[in-house]
Amino acid sequence: MAEQSMPNQSLNQSSQRSLKRSNEPVFWALFGAGGVVAAFLLPAVILITGLAAPLGIPSPELFSYERASAFASSWAGALFLFIVISLSLWHGLHRVYHSSHELGIHRGPLLSVIRLVCYGTALGGTVLSAYWLIAAL
Amino acid sequence: MTQKTIDIEVLRYNPEKDYKPSYQTFEVPFADETSVLQGLQYIKDQLDGSLTFRWSCRMEICGSCGMMINGVPNLTCSSFLRDYYPGKLRIEPLSHLPIERDLAVDQTDFLQKLESIHPYIIPKENQSVEEGPFKQTPAQRERFYQYSECINCLLCYAACPQYGLDSDFLGPAAMALLHRYNSDSRDDGKAERMPIVNAQEGVWACTLVGYCSEVCPKGVDPASAVNRNKVNSTLDYFFRFMAPKGAAE
Repeated sequence: MAEQSMPNQSLNQSSQRSLKRSNEPVFWALFGAGGVVAAFLLPAVILITGLAAPLGIPSPELFSYERASAFASSWAGALFLFIVISLSLWHGLHRVYHSSHELGIHRGPLLSVIRLVCYGTALGGTVLSAYWLIAAL
Repeated sequence: MTQKTIDIEVLRYNPEKDYKPSYQTFEVPFADETSVLQGLQYIKDQLDGSLTFRWSCRMEICGSCGMMINGVPNLTCSSFLRDYYPGKLRIEPLSHLPIERDLAVDQTDFLQKLESIHPYIIPKENQSVEEGPFKQTPAQRERFYQYSECINCLLCYAACPQYGLDSDFLGPAAMALLHRYNSDSRDDGKAERMPIVNAQEGVWACTLVGYCSEVCPKGVDPASAVNRNKVNSTLDYFFRFMAPKGAAE
């Protein structure tokens, strides 16, 4: 093709310019998965544990310590709790991190600190929830 | 009958003489069908021949006459003075791009980016004339068609706050055209283009503001091109060791 064989200075420049693969897909994928959890599962969880349980609907015994503990100690229950806690954290803290952009923090050491705190909290929450849930199995 | 007139305030800047840009106001007569571009042409022809701006086709095809009209990126050929009357207009060169003179911007950065995405079909194997054309179904054509409508007018670069903050970002139009070729069934150049997509300067500099798609005069949706490629880049990131390079769809 004529276009391809044409000598082209800036094309060469751009091929020489090293383009570094971004690691953002890791965080973006966790953010996306967390978005699904936060949109579909979290409202139901809040409705059940935040409203129905304290109001005793349908019955006060439904969320008794024994029942809740039994749920969290089962494989399916632990997996559910892990997914809800961990992915919601990754979703929310990715948002918080990117909100620093709106506050005029676009680059530099302060942004690195915010990034570390946000993703560190998400990672910490993931590790801790996994540890406690597995310990209770 | 007295002719209606409107004040057009234009940004003037001659880098050889001026320390910084300034504004100059002209009173321009207009009719219902007078475009903003024709208003500028009136100034150049009748009032001040030194006013510099780009234009060519006058009908939304060439993409030369993009400017900021009252702070909004627009093609001046398809904007009309009547819509601003009885207020006035402030016309400035496209935001985020260096001024060459008055209303003309330096397009070099975009042109280099456009070339870097290899904006042409790279076939797997060249086909001889005797073998006939590469055939496509309507559905295959539909996949890329809207992105091929881009006229390189740069309104989306003037609209993009991310490009304004850091011009290393490939930007909306170049990414839309990259997507146009990557999603063409006749093209096999995806592996060459994915490194650009995958870089921080590629799709990951976009924060999905979406103003690029709003200002596009041709109905292209660059924001969708960029964000579809966030998915492609994520698949490429995780499956690059399994699939042949750039094969993740």
